[in-house]
Amino acid sequence: MKLAIVQVKPRKGEFEANLAALGETFAQLAAEERPYDLIVLPEAALTGYFLEGAVYELALSAEALAQRLGETWRANAGADRAPVDIVAGFYENAEGTYYNSALYLHVDGRAQHILHVHRKLFLPTYGVFDEERFLSRGRRVDAFETRFGKMSLLVCEDVWHAIVPTIAALKGARALIVPSASPARGLDGDGELESVRRWEELLRAYASEHGVYIFYAGLAGFEGGKGMTGSSRIVGPRGETLAAAPALGACVLRGDIDFGEVDIARANLPLLGDLNAVLPDLLFDEALRAGRGQ
Amino acid sequence: MTGTERGTLPVIDVVRYEPSLEIDCGLAARWLEAFLSDELIQRRGIRRAVVGLSGGVDSAVTAYLCARALGPENVTAVRMPYRTSSTASLSDAQLVIDALGCAARTIDISAAVDGYLHYEEDADARRRGNVMARTRMLVLFDQSQKLGALPIGTGNKTERLMGYFTWHADDSPPLNPLGDLFKTQVWALARYLGVPAAIVDKAPSADLEANQTDESDLGITYALADRILALLLLGYDDARIALRGYAPRDVALVRARVEGTHWKRHLPTTAMLSNTAINEFYLRPVDY
Repeated sequence: MKLAIVQVKPRKGEFEANLAALGETFAQLAAEERPYDLIVLPEAALTGYFLEGAVYELALSAEALAQRLGETWRANAGADRAPVDIVAGFYENAEGTYYNSALYLHVDGRAQHILHVHRKLFLPTYGVFDEERFLSRGRRVDAFETRFGKMSLLVCEDVWHAIVPTIAALKGARALIVPSASPARGLDGDGELESVRRWEELLRAYASEHGVYIFYAGLAGFEGGKGMTGSSRIVGPRGETLAAAPALGACVLRGDIDFGEVDIARANLPLLGDLNAVLPDLLFDEALRAGRGQ
Repeated sequence: MTGTERGTLPVIDVVRYEPSLEIDCGLAARWLEAFLSDELIQRRGIRRAVVGLSGGVDSAVTAYLCARALGPENVTAVRMPYRTSSTASLSDAQLVIDALGCAARTIDISAAVDGYLHYEEDADARRRGNVMARTRMLVLFDQSQKLGALPIGTGNKTERLMGYFTWHADDSPPLNPLGDLFKTQVWALARYLGVPAAIVDKAPSADLEANQTDESDLGITYALADRILALLLLGYDDARIALRGYAPRDVALVRARVEGTHWKRHLPTTAMLSNTAINEFYLRPVDY
């Protein structure tokens, strides 16, 4: 599977201009001899992340976004460069209920089909973040079939709770696709922002624990002084970073993904199998089921 | 059996958590350069910056960052002495202008300030200082208008937290690269950027009165205030801060400064009368 993670730097609120810029990137990718199979974009990729009340002006339905992405691909890449799969993070208007969502789209020469929409479960609402003031929470995480095997979509803070990637892996995901928008914090690292380092640690730990690929797409650019830290990553199923983008600026990460590596990694470190075996005992713990950790 | 320890075992103590004030200066410089070029050029389509150069370290670092982000040819440094200002302030500012090779203006604000204070001869030092600070902002905004530039703020996190600035003067420029760096971090960044030692090593001063220094005005050194502020911002109470070896007097002084000046870090208080009050209900980000 030929993968592109497109780290974009959108102009705040300018959906049409950002989609036109993405069209140019689609044309760039389509100009390569061997076609891409999957293109992954960050969270809030076509609007910018911090929108406050403007989220209601810019949110759109998954179907409307799918239509625009499909048209943009065909117009810029050429209908003969399909099929391609596209993942994008966006603010979703679901008949008046608003979510921070990501969709997985299959585009062919004539139409596009949504394979899955994931609604962000964990809406950060502390410090600089204010998502739940404007948005509703998603309720579940799924692993869905693609032509490359099962995958899960998780958005940003979803991945900061170890149980979420664990559930995705237990449901059969062989790749976790993580659109994200992370504002920079912490300068005391060794040449790397503390917040970026934390992401790197989390992604590598989850990938190696469950033997999954992680495709992390980070939004870039400054939003009212808050610098979004790009740092897109392709992490392999042994927890190895296979490709990493810088924090600043737009770019494309390109990778050939061999899902056979997942089986090899799991054979060598069968932690996911062990978890499957013990999970029923853990889940029958009454204290856990009652939602009381004490 | 080998390796069995007998008798008294060594005891290893935990280290009490204390936030680090160390910064990776190269990373900070790159990040702030990107901030300035993104916010100025990409977002606003403005390629020029105006920086009021006081001869102190904050404005020197700001000018260096602007020069890196925009090129020195797109930075105009403005010196704005008052008749009582120290001559060292002017000559130290000149060191920055010479080092960067940027454009420079010197605009004496004495006539403007005295033109008003002529009617207020009993104004005390604080009022006079505030008039000078506000006159300097008037000049910077006007010079920016003339040059098609944006005035860049120079306030650091320590002075913002301690309320040690003139409201709607020093804090008024629309972009501020240093506002989330403590003073001691600005010093570290200054050394990294190569700001002349004469500027980095001298005692910081608002230079609004003769022989004034920040640390005597504040009653505490920046080195100490920054460490206490770092803990206070994280939510540590006075007792927990004192546990780390800080004098209760210093902790109380810093806390009183911060808690007495929250209003200075906000826009004016507006009477809310509707469900569409601006910034209360009608919420749009600054870059929308």
